[in-house]
Amino acid sequence: MINYSVNKNIAILKIHVDSRPMNVITKEFLDTLKRHWEKFEESPQLKGLILTSERPEFMAGADLEMIRHITDPLECFNLAMDLQNLLRMMEKSKRPVVAAINGTALGGGFEITLACHQRIALNHPKIQMGLPEVKLGLLPGGGGTQRLPRLIGIEKALLLLLEGRSLNPEKALEMGLIHQLASSHAELMDLAISFIEKNPEASAPWDKKGYRLPGGDVQTPVGYRMFPGAMAKVTETTWHNYPAPMKILSAVYEGLQVTLEQGMEIEARAFAELVTNKVTKSMINTLFYSMNECNKGVSRPKNIPEQKINKVGILGAGMMGRGIAYSSAINGIEVVLKDISLEAAQAGKEYSVNLVAKLVEKGKLTSKEAEVILNRITPTADPQMVRDCDLVIEAVIEDRNLKARVTKESEDVMPKSSIYASNTSTLPITGLAEASQRPEQFIGLHFFSPVDKMPLVEIIMGEKTGDQALALCMDYVRKIKKTPIVVNDGRGFYTSRVFTSYVIEGINMLTEGIEPQLIESAGKMAGMPVGPLSVSDEVSLDLIYHILKQTEADLGAESIDQATYQVVTDFTQNLKRLGRKTGAGFYDYPVNQKKRLSPILFEKFPTKEHGFSREDLSLRLLTIQALETYKCLEEKIIREERDADVGSILGWGFPPYTGGTLSYIRQRGLDQFVKDCQNLEKLYGQRFKAPASLKSLGQKQRYLSV
Amino acid sequence: MKQAYIFDAVRTPRGRGKADGSLHSSRPITLAAECLKAIRERNNLNTQLVDDVILGCVTPIGEQGGDVAKAATLHADFHQSVAGVTLNRFCGSGLEAINQAATNIMSGQFDLEIAGGVECMSRIAMGSDGGALMIDPELSFKVGFVPQGIGADLIATLRGYTREDVDKFAIESQRKAAIAWEEKRFLHSIIPIKDSLGRILLDRDEHMRPDTTLEKISQLKPAFLELGEKWGLDSVAYKKYPRVESIQHVHHAGNSSGIVDGAAAVLIGSEEMGIDLKLKARARIVSMAVVGSEPTIMLTGPAPATLKALAKANMKASDIDLYEVNEAFAAVVMNFRDELEIPDSKINVNGGAIAMGHPLGATGAMLMSTLIDELERQKKRFGCVTLCIGGGMGIATIIERV
Repeated sequence: MINYSVNKNIAILKIHVDSRPMNVITKEFLDTLKRHWEKFEESPQLKGLILTSERPEFMAGADLEMIRHITDPLECFNLAMDLQNLLRMMEKSKRPVVAAINGTALGGGFEITLACHQRIALNHPKIQMGLPEVKLGLLPGGGGTQRLPRLIGIEKALLLLLEGRSLNPEKALEMGLIHQLASSHAELMDLAISFIEKNPEASAPWDKKGYRLPGGDVQTPVGYRMFPGAMAKVTETTWHNYPAPMKILSAVYEGLQVTLEQGMEIEARAFAELVTNKVTKSMINTLFYSMNECNKGVSRPKNIPEQKINKVGILGAGMMGRGIAYSSAINGIEVVLKDISLEAAQAGKEYSVNLVAKLVEKGKLTSKEAEVILNRITPTADPQMVRDCDLVIEAVIEDRNLKARVTKESEDVMPKSSIYASNTSTLPITGLAEASQRPEQFIGLHFFSPVDKMPLVEIIMGEKTGDQALALCMDYVRKIKKTPIVVNDGRGFYTSRVFTSYVIEGINMLTEGIEPQLIESAGKMAGMPVGPLSVSDEVSLDLIYHILKQTEADLGAESIDQATYQVVTDFTQNLKRLGRKTGAGFYDYPVNQKKRLSPILFEKFPTKEHGFSREDLSLRLLTIQALETYKCLEEKIIREERDADVGSILGWGFPPYTGGTLSYIRQRGLDQFVKDCQNLEKLYGQRFKAPASLKSLGQKQRYLSV
Repeated sequence: MKQAYIFDAVRTPRGRGKADGSLHSSRPITLAAECLKAIRERNNLNTQLVDDVILGCVTPIGEQGGDVAKAATLHADFHQSVAGVTLNRFCGSGLEAINQAATNIMSGQFDLEIAGGVECMSRIAMGSDGGALMIDPELSFKVGFVPQGIGADLIATLRGYTREDVDKFAIESQRKAAIAWEEKRFLHSIIPIKDSLGRILLDRDEHMRPDTTLEKISQLKPAFLELGEKWGLDSVAYKKYPRVESIQHVHHAGNSSGIVDGAAAVLIGSEEMGIDLKLKARARIVSMAVVGSEPTIMLTGPAPATLKALAKANMKASDIDLYEVNEAFAAVVMNFRDELEIPDSKINVNGGAIAMGHPLGATGAMLMSTLIDELERQKKRFGCVTLCIGGGMGIATIIERV
C-alpha cells in the first residue's frame, strides 16, 4: 500500500496501492497513511517526510468505488473530514513534508500534495496535475477548493476548479501550483531531501503570520468583479443543470472568508451534498464506469482473439469517407481511399493534408510524422485496390442501388476473411446486406460528422452479422481511439432514431404555436447542445424531409410524424429553405451577423397562448428522447443500457448531467417518468404512450442505485 | 393620522463624477452639510426643533460610511440634540428618506425632520461596497442578478425600443434640461457649492451636454455588450426570459444616467409645527409605496410602485399632473410611460438624470425639489416621484401642492 523507509534520517513514503490498477485513494490507503504518519510523529529524530509513488503515476485520484454507493450525506461528510483532518495534521507538522511528484497527480492525489510544504514535480510533459472533479459532477473534497485559491489566488484557482483543467509540470510551475521541477527521478529525490535539510521547520503559507490571499480577498473590488463573472459563465455553460460548479463557487466564496479549518468543513459539506446528488451519481455511472466499459470493449465477443487491422479500404471520399480516412491514418492504419475518379479521391485526401498541417503548426506533430501519416493514405479510383484490406468501409451516398453495386465490386476482390461495413446513417443494415455474398461479414459502422472530432461510432449488427465482424470492428474502433457502442438493426438504428425524435418534437411545438425562441431555449436549457430548430437547420431540412419521405414510402403514412413532414415539405419543396447550407431554414443567416429566427416562422406558425413554461417544454423534449430510447431497448435495438447512455451523450449530445437517455429515466424516477409520459400522452397522443413494460425497468436493470 | 408637509427642498448642483468634476474635492459631509445649512438659514430654523436627519446613501463606506447623516448634521453645526440616520434603499434612498420622515410625522411621534441624501460618486466608486445581491453565489444562482444596464437593455428588447428610440429620449432629456436651466427653473432649489474662501466651485449641473445631437450619441458604443455577450451575463437574463432570442444592447453613457456628485435635503414636518414656526407648507405628502419587482430585469418597479401609491390615495394615473421618473436608463422611463399610458408632456418636463446625473443616494430628494418647483411654476396640483431600484424594487411618492 505504502512503503515506509528511512534514509538520511528522512522518512520516505512510497505509494503503491496494490489492490487497484493505479494508485487511487481508498479507505485502506487512508488508514495506512494515517498509521505511517503516526509512526513518523513518534520518531522525533526524523527531519522530515517525503511522499512519492512507486508507480508511474503519483496518484490518479480518489477511488470512486468509495463514494459511488454512498447515499447518506453525513457518512460522506465524515469520510471527507477524515481525509481533510489527516492532511491538515500533516500540514501543521513543524517538520517539513515534501511531495515528490513523480507522475500524474490528479484530484485527491493532487490535494494530498497541496497539503505538503513543498511540491516538486518530475518535468515530463505527459504528467498531469489538477483537480478534474467537476467533470464528474464533484468538487475536490480533500481541501482543494480551499488550498488552491489560498495558494494561487481566487481568480486563477476558479479557472482550474470550474473547468477541471489539468496542467503539465511546466504549466503547473508557471501557475504556481508547484515549487520546483526535477529533470530526473534521481534529481527529484535529491531536491526533496535537500529541501528538508535546508528547512528544519516548515509551514504552509496560510499558516504563516501576515499571510495575504494572493490577488485579493473575496470582499474586495477584485472579488466583486470576479464572482459575478464566474457565476455568469457557469450559468451560460450549464443553465444550472450541474450542481457541482455552483457548489464550487459557493465553497470558494464562503471558505475563503473564514479559517482554513472552517473552509474545509464548508467544502466537506458541499462534497457530501454533491456525492449524494442524483446528477453526480448519474455522471459517475455513465461518464466514468459506462464510458470505460465501452472503451474497453466489454460488448466484444470474448472468444475471438484481438484482430489486427493493418489496412482499411474506404469507398467514397466525401465528408464522411475523408474523415474516416484521416482518423484511420493518424492512428497507424493504411488507408485506400477510393472514389469515382482519382481527382475526387485526391480531394478527399486533401482533407487529411490540411488537418495534419494544422497539427504541425501547433507543434503537435513533426513534419516527419506528418509525412508518414499522409503516406498511409492512397487515393484511387480503382476498385481492385481494396484487395488486401482487412476492413472495407462504404461511405457513398444513401442510395441502395449504388451501395449494392459497390458492395459487389469490393467483395469480388476483398480477401475472404475481411469485413465489409456500411457507414449508412439511415438504411437498415439487414437490407443492405442482401447485396452481399457473405452477410455474416457485413456490418454497420455509423460514424458521426465531423469524424475527426466526434468520438462515437455506432456499430450495427444486421440480422446475419457474425461475431467475427463485430470483434474486428470493435478492435478497429478502439484502434482509431473512438468509443464503440453496439446496437441491433432497425430504422435509424439507435442514435439517428432517438435524435430524430428530438427534432420532430421541436418542429411539432412550432406547429402548436409555441414561440420559436422558447422552443430553442427549452432545448438548450434542458442541456442539449443546441435547440431543436437550430439542429434541424444544421442537419438540413431536406435530410429530414428525405428520411420521412423514404420511411413513409416503406412503411406507410402512419409510420411518420405527419405534422413534421408537412413542415419540412413546405420549407424544402415550396420555400426552398433547406437549412444552414443554403443560408435559410428556420433561421436566416445574414452575412457577418448572428443567425436569427426567420420572420417566416411567425407568419407560418402564429404564436398562441399555450401556458407552458420553458421547464415544461424542456421536460417534454427530454421525455420523448428517453421514451424513444426505452422503445429501442424493448425492441432489442439497444443491447446494453450502457451503450444507450454513452451513445446518447457522445452521439448527439444528450445532456451529460442526466447520465444518458436511460439513466435519465432513473434520475427522474421511474414513477415520475411514467407520469410524465401519461401527462404528455393526454396532450399529444400515442407517441408519448409508455409501454407497459416500462414499469418493470427498475427491477431488472443495472443502475438501480441511482 | 397627522398630515406631513414639505416646507422646503434644496439640492446641490451635480458635479461630474470624475476626478475632473468640480465637486471632486468636496467631501460628502460638505455637500450634505451645505444642504442642511441652507435649510436652516432659509427657514430661520432653530435646529433644536429638528427631531432627526435621515439621509440616503448607497455606497456608505469610507468617508460616506458609518452614519454619514449624523456626521453631516454635526458638520453643519446643528444642535447636538439632533439625531441622524443613514439608510440604503439603493437608488430609491433619497425618496425613501422623505417617505420615512413623512411616516414619522404622520405617526405623531416626530414633528420636524430633514430628509435627503448624499453621494460623492467621484470619491466613492459605485459598487465598491459589494453586497450579497451581486456576489453571493448561492443567492445569485437562485435569483439571477445581472448588471442594471443589462436589465435596461432587456426592457428595451421586450418593449421593442430601438437604439434610435432610446437615443431620441436621451436627446429630449438634454433639450429639456437645457431649457430648464436657461429659464432658471431650478434656481430656487440650487445651493451653489463654494470653497472655504467663498469662491464658487459649482453652481450648475455640469454633466449636461446641451449641444449633443442624435447623430453624435448614435456613435457611442453600447456599454453592456461586452458584459452581456463576452462575460456571459446575457445568459443569466435568458434563463429568466427564455422567449428572448437576443438582448439588444441599446444603452450607453449617452442614454443612461450620469455618474455625479451631489446632495439634497427636504424639510418635512407636521401642520402644527409649520404653524408654530410660521413655515409655509409647499406640498402635502399624499401617499407613498415601495414594491419588490422581478429582480433579474430589476428596473420595472416604478409602475407597480406608482400604482400602489395611487391606489392608497384612491387616484388614477391620469389624476397626476406631473411625474418625475428617475432616468436611470432611457428604457426605464419609456417603459413606465407606456405601461401607465402617460403622455410625454407630464413626464420629466425639465429633463432628468440622463442630462444632469444621478447621485445615487440623493436623487430621490433632488427629484422632489424639482417636482415641487415645477408644480408651483405650472400651478398644478398633484405630482409623483418614482424611481427604479436595484435588487428589483420600486418606490413612489405622491404629493399635492398646497
